[in-house]
Amino acid sequence: MAATLSIFEPGRLGPNLVTICLKEAKYEFLKSLRYPMFSISTLLFPLMFYVLFGLVMGPQTIGNVRSTLYLIPAYGTFGVMGASLFGTAASLAMERGLGWLEVKRASPMPLFAYFVAKVVMSMIFSVSNVLALVLMGAAFGGVHLPGSILFKLVVTLVAGSLPFCAMGLAIGYFAGPNSAPAMINLFYLPMSFCSGLWLPFMFLPKFIQRVALFLPAYHLSQLALNLVGGGQGGTYLRHWQMLAGFALISLGVAWVGHRRDEKAHG
Amino acid sequence: MASAPLPAHSAPFPRFAQSGIAQLHSVSKSYGPVHALVDLNFAVRGGELVALLGPNGAGKTTAIRLFLGLVKPTRGRVSVFGGDPADPETHVRVGAMLQVGRVPETLRVREHIDLFSSYYPDPLPVDVSLQIAGLRELAERRFGVLSSGQKQRVLFALAICGNPDLLFLDEPTVGLDVEARLLLWQEIRKLLEQGKTIVLTTHYLEEADALADRIVVIHKGALLADGTPAEIKARVRRKKIRCVTRLLPEIVEKLPGVIEVERDREATVIDSSRPEDVLRQLFQLDLTISEIEVTSAGLEEAFLALTRN
Repeated sequence: MAATLSIFEPGRLGPNLVTICLKEAKYEFLKSLRYPMFSISTLLFPLMFYVLFGLVMGPQTIGNVRSTLYLIPAYGTFGVMGASLFGTAASLAMERGLGWLEVKRASPMPLFAYFVAKVVMSMIFSVSNVLALVLMGAAFGGVHLPGSILFKLVVTLVAGSLPFCAMGLAIGYFAGPNSAPAMINLFYLPMSFCSGLWLPFMFLPKFIQRVALFLPAYHLSQLALNLVGGGQGGTYLRHWQMLAGFALISLGVAWVGHRRDEKAHG
Repeated sequence: MASAPLPAHSAPFPRFAQSGIAQLHSVSKSYGPVHALVDLNFAVRGGELVALLGPNGAGKTTAIRLFLGLVKPTRGRVSVFGGDPADPETHVRVGAMLQVGRVPETLRVREHIDLFSSYYPDPLPVDVSLQIAGLRELAERRFGVLSSGQKQRVLFALAICGNPDLLFLDEPTVGLDVEARLLLWQEIRKLLEQGKTIVLTTHYLEEADALADRIVVIHKGALLADGTPAEIKARVRRKKIRCVTRLLPEIVEKLPGVIEVERDREATVIDSSRPEDVLRQLFQLDLTISEIEVTSAGLEEAFLALTRN
């Protein structure tokens, strides 16, 4: 009898949440790392753009900043967005649509751990992505970022990846398992362009610049560019406010999708 | 009979043994216009293996999903260990093997089991889970390279790795070859000997017969029959005799061993639990009888006939 009841004692309710989250994140990371479609494209594309437009095109200046420096925060934002959107949306849509999430929900896994794992995994890719760009710039572009700037850049981009993780959850709850990558790109690529992540912002047509003010990618890239003196102005507070607002809207949409799923199933 | 005699289980749940440790109380479940379950009462008793038997679409999987708290009943109540099936306190005592479209393919077998084990307070050691599911040699393989039978075994391992008291196995042997199916049966019997309670769904009477203490037949969301394998088999041990005969259906109906007689165009279709006896009588009564066919009634048919009577 004691053996049967002991499970209800607090503390016997299972391993603690932190342990589960860590293990879940570890395997989420391994799972994604071994999936070349994800790992190669999130790490390689920003780096490839940097090599082509930053290194191969030769030394230029964008505003008052050398292109090899300017493009690190720009493609850093691009890479962070990619890691966050694909890291959350693609796997959520797949696991939701093809029954794996249901297997997990039938287990004692806290749903919280499931989402934390995806965010942590995306963040690891985000950090790797930024560091790869910085290394590439240092090795071949003559860019030497002081440690404090580098630290701020990584922190900004990783913290700023959260709204995109939230957006990924929103997409993941509404996209089908096969349509998810296409749907992500539908947001990802136009938003990157309009926010000045490919062509520097000042080269964009005026009306696109105005649209950009409503795009989270613009605000995150400005925060990152400000660190190297390449920003367009706008206060830190304003940029973070926009990002936070966007994150809340995305979470709201994700919540609606979650409720819709629960209703559809039960 | 294929099954070895089952050992008497010591009931590990004295409190619930009488009333059932998992119960559907007058549960109806509709998905929009589709009625998956209709006013179903069903109790799982501690220490038993009960097979939910029925054709595809009968509502077996819906019943399992209700027990797991994955869906809520439209009407009625579901209780597992006296609590809400969706509660974490309930989930740590339950293991489930569900039909799943796709499992993450880049994780290794051992990694999948290690992760699921971590959700439970008192899991089996990973190597033991691997051993039970016959996966020791495959532990370092990625899920994606496994055969469909091996994949089923991984899902079985995920169900048992938390050392749960109550197991739900939804069509556990789908896609397994004969040998793998027998091995899995063996492992399921061992779990039962350890005092686990098991609910499994299947559409094979043979499988239910080999494993279950009790068979519950459901069809179109309603309970058709509930009994021991011997009782259930007796009720479906019937054949259909189709023949062209001059005998009137009213006459045939009166013959011993005949359950039901139907006309099908020029032929007479006789439903019988003792086809040999009926045939002997038919030959004696009608020398012109021809076009004789004897077929086993399908499970579904047999039970539908049963409910009509």
